[in-house]
Amino acid sequence: MTTIEKQLQAHPRNMRYVLTLSVIIIALFIWSLAAVNLKDIHQSGLNIAQNIITGIMNPDLNLLLSVSKQSVLYLLLETVAIAFLGTIVGAILSVPLAFLAASNIVPKPVAWLIRLLLIFIRTIPALVYGLMFIRVSGPGPFSGVMTIGITSVGMLSKLYVDAIEELDTKVLESMTSIGCTTFEKVRYGILPQLMSLFLSVTIYRFDMNMREASILGLVGAGGIGAPLIFAMNGYKWNQVGAILIGLVFLILIIEWISNKLRTKLVKG
Amino acid sequence: MLMYDKLFPPKKVALRSGKIVMEKRSRTPLILLLIIVAVVLSVEFTNFNLKVLFVRIGKLFGMIGEMFPPDWAYFPKLWGALVDTLQMSLIGSMIGALLALPIAILASSNVIPNRFVTAFFKIVLSLLRTLPTLVTALIATFIFGLGPTAGVVAILLFTLSYVGKLLYEQIENVDMGPFEAMESIGMTRIQAFRYALFPQVLPSYLSNSLFCFEGNVRYAAILGYVGAGGVGLLIKEDLGWRDYQNVGMIILALVITVYLIETVSEHFRKKLI
Repeated sequence: MTTIEKQLQAHPRNMRYVLTLSVIIIALFIWSLAAVNLKDIHQSGLNIAQNIITGIMNPDLNLLLSVSKQSVLYLLLETVAIAFLGTIVGAILSVPLAFLAASNIVPKPVAWLIRLLLIFIRTIPALVYGLMFIRVSGPGPFSGVMTIGITSVGMLSKLYVDAIEELDTKVLESMTSIGCTTFEKVRYGILPQLMSLFLSVTIYRFDMNMREASILGLVGAGGIGAPLIFAMNGYKWNQVGAILIGLVFLILIIEWISNKLRTKLVKG
Repeated sequence: MLMYDKLFPPKKVALRSGKIVMEKRSRTPLILLLIIVAVVLSVEFTNFNLKVLFVRIGKLFGMIGEMFPPDWAYFPKLWGALVDTLQMSLIGSMIGALLALPIAILASSNVIPNRFVTAFFKIVLSLLRTLPTLVTALIATFIFGLGPTAGVVAILLFTLSYVGKLLYEQIENVDMGPFEAMESIGMTRIQAFRYALFPQVLPSYLSNSLFCFEGNVRYAAILGYVGAGGVGLLIKEDLGWRDYQNVGMIILALVITVYLIETVSEHFRKKLI
């Protein structure tokens, strides 16, 4: 037997496993096909699609470039402000929650309870928070900030917890042995280990929050979402085009900056 | 940054050997100042008001309190919408992930020699990714009518862009040795891709698709808000009528579903990597 044949024989055989999985996946596929119903397409559907494309190709430049309270530029600035402040609120709320959920800091039952809470916070869709906050702080960007803040908590604390649980405790032990105070241990032992990871995660979340903030307007929580849905429901596709172009451009710029900052943070 | 170093010159430290080294001043104060300015501006823009928050935050907890206990009698009505949500995210993720494969290949510069083709597909993928799912769903409802089909289209497009981007990055970073070897012995580019590159990217492709599916279940839950099928419509109705016990039931059902899916998917993702 040549080496090649031996190697081929040594290859693990898990045909049955793969076959079972494939059957399950195909069954799931057929089961979910029920969700697709192409008979529903209106006769006018294609017509509308054409209108949408022409509208987006010929954006309302007046709306895009003017400087007033209804202009795309102002609304985009508001959206960025909501996303930014929301991220800050979320980060501030997440730090204590993350320490409470880290199993190397607090007893297991406490960590487990906080984790369960975090799962709930993470699963509730942003729009639900939005609709609830509108009843707390009234329609407007303020509710948007709070919604983004709470929505961010779920992901931020989960990633913070991962960072905290990977803390190198040897550093702290050696600091104790040379007589550092608790404050010194936190400042020189813990902060340097966590800071760059925390910052990097937070910047990433800001990037995601831009997308979230742009749809909050659907429930009246400020930002560019409200004019977008009004324009859509009014079939003003050239306004939709103007708003979407502004939005896509802004999100791409922020994503680019966020990527640059994060690679810088990781590489030191 | 050059300006900053001129304003605050680096500290000179004389070493014992007599050599002088420069220690650059910390940038933390500058960054902190920038963040504070941005926060103040954002507070201005969004009318953020801590006082209002503290006075009225009790209302939020009141609403959450009313969600307990969840109304179990509501579950049968919820079941259909939940199944719709699951089906939407399953079929959308599957078709999206399948379509991502050819498009990611077309966007990888090491497989496709034509730079214009790869640039075109890369731009298409990043444009698709920036569009919020809810906006795509809303546009889709105009074309495909109200109902889950519009939701499927929105999820499909998002999955395509997400999996597609990760996949072409993977393909571009792959070891090209086997590919070149196979091409040199006379295989076509497609054959070489199938036997040299595909096995290298397959595990992470499957793992990314699973991960995307997990997220899609969450997204699918809100698509109903714009009429694209699933539990979103129920959430809208129940919150509108202040039927918080029903909302509590929806949230509980969602949490359990998402948790189950995450556990299963995590099991397979660990196996893949």
